[in-house]
Amino acid sequence: MQTLKKKLTEQVLRTSGVNVRKCMRCGKCSGSCPSYDEMDYHPHQFVYMVERGDVDALMKSNYRCLSCMACVERCPRGVAPAKLIEAIRLMVVRQQGQNHLKADQIPALLDKDLPQQAIVSAFRKYSK
Amino acid sequence: MIFSYYPGCTLKTKAKDLDRYARMSAQVLGITLEELPAWQCCGAVYPMAKDEIVTKLSSVRALMSAKEQGNDLITLCSACHNVIKQVNNDMQNDRDIAGKINNYLNPDVEYHGETNVIHYLEMLRDKVGFDVLAQKVVHPLTGRKIAAYYGCMLLRPASVMQMDNPENPVIMENFIRAIGGDPVIYPYRNECCGGYVTLEDNALVGKNSVKVLASALENGAEMIVTACPLCLYNLGKNNAQHKVPVIYFTELLAEALGIKDRGEEENADA
Repeated sequence: MQTLKKKLTEQVLRTSGVNVRKCMRCGKCSGSCPSYDEMDYHPHQFVYMVERGDVDALMKSNYRCLSCMACVERCPRGVAPAKLIEAIRLMVVRQQGQNHLKADQIPALLDKDLPQQAIVSAFRKYSK
Repeated sequence: MIFSYYPGCTLKTKAKDLDRYARMSAQVLGITLEELPAWQCCGAVYPMAKDEIVTKLSSVRALMSAKEQGNDLITLCSACHNVIKQVNNDMQNDRDIAGKINNYLNPDVEYHGETNVIHYLEMLRDKVGFDVLAQKVVHPLTGRKIAAYYGCMLLRPASVMQMDNPENPVIMENFIRAIGGDPVIYPYRNECCGGYVTLEDNALVGKNSVKVLASALENGAEMIVTACPLCLYNLGKNNAQHKVPVIYFTELLAEALGIKDRGEEENADA
């Protein structure tokens, strides 16, 4: 089990390109996050959870990030928590049959004004 | 001046106003926008992972097509601009990504980010000039209190986008001044509306969008302008309580240039 956790963590670090050890725990990422109240784990926690190898918990809860890049822009150390959560999401949706959004769900979600941009970006974020 | 132009998927469908008024206004300003001959959807969000290659190909094809035409590439939708400019940055600076993409596309001449990607607002500021634009205004929006909504994708990450100061931008406010309006500065103008999460969690997006609308109104806004179809949708959908009009900046531009009626006629014909 320990080995699997280590493998997952290494994969997240490689895919994201993030150096979690640069984090100085200032919390500016979570202070900037517009989704903070909606999340089980917050941006500053993404960073130390990955550093600790606690990736499996994040794999179960990662769909509240808006990818607005506020945490990336405002981090004084260039750590980019949003890139970590993106890498974690990808590890989930790249598993066979694990798409978070499936094409047959789309018709029920449409309304007459919904821009194509919303559907295209949701597929990029939630599916492979 | 001639530029290549990348409209993107939504500008051909739900955001026709953003596109139509931009093209009409460009003509008045002496700008020729040549739509790329065979563009593909950019994917609407920049693929951040280091090992994403295929999802960047459509942007690279657009960039290479502009390079072949010998033109700078104009974008208009915030999402397209963000994706294409960030992918171009990868082609310039990420040897692994650029190497894999060039290997796959196998072009006669490798592409390494030579094309300049310019947002329509940057074209107005840097190529036309806001001072020249101001001289072409025939219906100045005098006394109109207009709030610019940047959202997230025009400005961030600033190290790549390089449009403006990400925390205290002025480009849209200066645009509003150039067309005679009165820009409203408000704290939530560069905070996210909720973006694509609208598809699965209306409540979360509602909270964010209402904060933006309320912040603009508290500071005296009579209307909000944006460059992003998804921002327009999210703000519009959560506008029941505030009822502040949210429109594309290009519609205001066309109004100030005195050609908006023509756009409405074209729309009626379509």
